[in-house]
Amino acid sequence: MNITNIKYIFQKELRSFFNSPVAYIVIVVYLAILGWFFVSNLFINNISTLRTVFEMTPFLLLFFAPAMTMRLISEEKKSGTLELLFTKPIKEYEIVTGKFLAVWALYFFTLSPTLCYYLTVSILGTLDTGAVIGGYLGLLLVGAVFLAVSVFGSALTENQVVAFIVSLFIVFTLFILDKILFYLPTSIAVVLEYVSIDYHFSNIARGVIDTRDIIYYFSTIGFALFLATNVLQKRRWA
Amino acid sequence: MSIIVNNLSKYYGDAKAVDDITFEVHTGEILGFLGPNGAGKTTTMRIITCYLSPSAGSISVEGHDVHTDSLEVRKLVGYLPEQNPLYLDMNVLEYLQYTAQLQNVPKPLIPRRMKEMVDGCGLGEMKHKDIGQLSKGYRQRVGLAAAMIHDPKVLILDEPTSGLDPNQIVEIRSLIQALGKQKTVVLSTHILPEVQATCNRVIIINRGKIAADGPIEDLQRSLHGGEKILIEIEIPDDQTFEMVSIQVKSVPAIETVSLIDQRNGTMKLSVETSTATDIRKELFHLCVQKGWGLLELHRVQTSLEDIFRQLTSDSVQ
Repeated sequence: MNITNIKYIFQKELRSFFNSPVAYIVIVVYLAILGWFFVSNLFINNISTLRTVFEMTPFLLLFFAPAMTMRLISEEKKSGTLELLFTKPIKEYEIVTGKFLAVWALYFFTLSPTLCYYLTVSILGTLDTGAVIGGYLGLLLVGAVFLAVSVFGSALTENQVVAFIVSLFIVFTLFILDKILFYLPTSIAVVLEYVSIDYHFSNIARGVIDTRDIIYYFSTIGFALFLATNVLQKRRWA
Repeated sequence: MSIIVNNLSKYYGDAKAVDDITFEVHTGEILGFLGPNGAGKTTTMRIITCYLSPSAGSISVEGHDVHTDSLEVRKLVGYLPEQNPLYLDMNVLEYLQYTAQLQNVPKPLIPRRMKEMVDGCGLGEMKHKDIGQLSKGYRQRVGLAAAMIHDPKVLILDEPTSGLDPNQIVEIRSLIQALGKQKTVVLSTHILPEVQATCNRVIIINRGKIAADGPIEDLQRSLHGGEKILIEIEIPDDQTFEMVSIQVKSVPAIETVSLIDQRNGTMKLSVETSTATDIRKELFHLCVQKGWGLLELHRVQTSLEDIFRQLTSDSVQ
């Protein structure tokens, strides 16, 4: 593995997020929607908790992750710049990893202003800091899964709209799985529950950090990036 | 031997894009790749640069195989793709830096290489502009600068002068010629005079096969057996083309005489011989003997256009 190559791709992609309106629109719109839900519930419920942040973010991510990611690879395919990358001494997985880390970093930037809510609420009442840390850790991991899957979606096609829809579909399926479990026989349900992203998230959001959940997240991320790499390699050695 | 291409074939599904071609390129050689559209030039270049894989055959660049030692090949090669794709949202310096980084240029050398490329390709005034704002000619220069940023041993340029104005074309050609002295340059083009101006060897490729390979002069000689001579004479008004033609044909070795132009008592003729003998002296003596005024007499070289058309005309059927 060549870390330097990953770093160069990462820097370039992150810079191009912030050179274009993408980063600012994502951050502003996410904060606006989340802020509305957060503030409107906080005083009605009168409970000092960040639950709104942790419940709303995965839902918003369903749309934000495919939108943030859709141009990452498909645009390179469409404009032909993939030919430039492929003829440089850099491996496919370094390209994929660099791009994934860049969009994940953008997600960090998007999430970080919500720490203001933490400060506000902790002044107004007592917060369960453990649950907050767990919640944020969970959000970062859920986000990573959604983004990794969307990177794969973007690698599939040179059309950004198709990339968006395909990514949305996969991410939505992963998200919805544990909501439809009670329609299914137990034997299948157990398996599907494990695949479901929400099941693992609710564990972490309670403040319980279980290795099984962590393994789930990292293996899903790894698998999605592996698939994206494979798609790119196929393109070359077709 | 810098590039060795051995029995290379490439299929897209059933279609054969490149069909069993073999050639070698030496260091210090500027090889021109000529051929009609869809002949397989770009495909061949894409395989040499490791963008596509060969269906059959092998290529080695400076001793490294493109399949098993792909990363090494990519370090040695500078490549300007056909449509010159660029990141339009980056400015020129950012793009050159990014390319230098990906090409493993040592970090302390990057600023110097960037400056050399900006100066060498005349990008000084544009270096802080976004590539998306540049005209086609400047984008082409950016593409060339990026291809050369790591001082590659082998340069693969797919239509390097497309979109440039005549002044820029001359600049880029001389740049390529200067580079070609120490490096291996392979360039493809539709523009035939370009090959004559820059390359010391040509490969004409047609329908995926090599139709001709060699120095331009050799090709001209081998394809055109006889000589072609253009002669303009002043003749008495009563002489018709037929009468002149018969008299000209009395000179041995002349095969055909054809009329190009006739006006005000002058006649322009094109004379072709079957063998490569110089008959200009005989023609001069003939004019003196007949009392014709000799206005012009010169040997016409078979142009690359003629060679190109002869070799590739079957694809136009």
